[in-house]
Amino acid sequence: MTGRPPPIVVAHQVTKRFNSVRALNGVSLSIDPGMVQCIIGPSGSGKSTFLRCLNQIEKIDGGAILIDGELIGYRQVGNALRALSDAEIARQRLATGMVFQRFNLFHHMTALENIIEGPVTVLRRPRREAIAEAMDLLARVGLTDKRDSYPIEMSGGQQQRVAIARALAMRPRIMLFDEPTSALDPELVGEVLAVMRDLARSGMTMIVVTHELGFAREVAQDVVFMDRGEIVEQGPPSQVLLNPQHGRTREFISAVLT
Amino acid sequence: MTGQPAARPVSAELERLVGLSIVPRRHYGRWVAAAIILLLFAWVVKAFAEGQIAWKVVGQFLTAPAILNGLVNTVIMTACAMALGIVLGVLFAIMYMSPNPVLRGSALFYIWFFRGTPLLLQLLLWFNLALVFPRIGIPGLIEFRTIDVITPFVATLLGLGMNQGAYTAEVVRSGILSVEVGQTEAAKSIGMTRLTTLRRIILPQAMRVIIPPVGNEFISMVKLTSIASVIQYSEILRNAQTIYYANARVIELLIVAAIWYLAVVTLLQIGQFFLERYFSRGRGERRARHKASPGNGAGGQP
Repeated sequence: MTGRPPPIVVAHQVTKRFNSVRALNGVSLSIDPGMVQCIIGPSGSGKSTFLRCLNQIEKIDGGAILIDGELIGYRQVGNALRALSDAEIARQRLATGMVFQRFNLFHHMTALENIIEGPVTVLRRPRREAIAEAMDLLARVGLTDKRDSYPIEMSGGQQQRVAIARALAMRPRIMLFDEPTSALDPELVGEVLAVMRDLARSGMTMIVVTHELGFAREVAQDVVFMDRGEIVEQGPPSQVLLNPQHGRTREFISAVLT
Repeated sequence: MTGQPAARPVSAELERLVGLSIVPRRHYGRWVAAAIILLLFAWVVKAFAEGQIAWKVVGQFLTAPAILNGLVNTVIMTACAMALGIVLGVLFAIMYMSPNPVLRGSALFYIWFFRGTPLLLQLLLWFNLALVFPRIGIPGLIEFRTIDVITPFVATLLGLGMNQGAYTAEVVRSGILSVEVGQTEAAKSIGMTRLTTLRRIILPQAMRVIIPPVGNEFISMVKLTSIASVIQYSEILRNAQTIYYANARVIELLIVAAIWYLAVVTLLQIGQFFLERYFSRGRGERRARHKASPGNGAGGQP
């Protein structure tokens, strides 16, 4: 044994079906704390589904996922796995923060209200304290002057930065990013990636589903290429992105770059 | 541009056109229509002023104790029946969308029955409940004579409220469906339970869709309370009738009732306006106002 800490996320032989379509077909992946893991692949490859399984927005059909050593979604009772209650699943979700492709800010709340909603309603923290922390987070994503703006009054890039702040306000151990820049106008991608880069530098464990190969090459320690519900290739970015071993990976990367 | 050189020779002509004054188009048709409507209106006003209506009697009974008492009963019944209807509506809308077939089935049955039978019939059923169950209560624990429990007030409340609930359930359901799935997913991702998500995220956004039809039904309810007169609930119309049976001032008392109905409905409409504005926050309609208002922190638009 080396002095390496135990992995913070372990997925073992995860399968997920949507009716007859196999979205995930025995996906195994383990992620160390503080690491930035990028997942790339064509649309329909199961990469977003995998991410959504990690925070139980989707339920897995087979295999197991451990987060911080804890089995998610089920509890072992004798020889059976018993599904957890709504409240227990909600508690488990606190370990992960999620950033969505379409931002999904709460439309009826201002930027500040979006950020303090979780801390105040879910964690029952004093409002004043939550606001102070939310203002720090807004400063961190460079949107202090947007505190009272509704989502509709902000650009896509601004909304996504507020969404990142909203997820961080829950103090998650792991941040999940589901194609965070895919719905943005090209000139707004940079501001979101800058916030994510900053977050990676701070030592946050991040799992990022993305098409931004430049970001992956620069920030990720490990890149996974998925296709048809399976992990095809995995390794450091210098290998997977610059010198891919598999034909399907090569095809995908050249298609994205052109 | 090819147009430039061609335009040059007519520049003197253009100069002359620019100097002319502009006369708006005359809408003769609209003027005629407006004149006809004004004439008809004047004729109706004159007819009513000269007709067999004792306006003094109208004024006299407008604030008669029996009328005001009926007005209070009408308002109380409207508020109670709508409150019951909305509570039942939300409950049954959620049951309708449950994956559990029993919950879903009972919601379907409720909506089917109470939407499918006439309100008047339902009122009479509730009022005559004693014919079916002479005594009600929890057997061996507490019991009442049905006839003591089901007063005209209770029968009307149950009849109007249960009926309203069936309609409101569908309105609430459409409101909930109008909120995107992404909102639920985001709520889950910050650790909200299903109930908290519904209360904090889904319902406040559904309200934007729910309020206009419910406002409409609120106004209907004010007037629907009048049918409770058949089971002796003393709302305003019944009290007006009681008075005109005695003094034969039929039209005068009907006008008194009409004036009060219009007054209540007008107040409700004003209330609806403010509610709609509140629940459309963050949805564009309020955007202009929000930006214009001075002193809110949103100042620095880039």
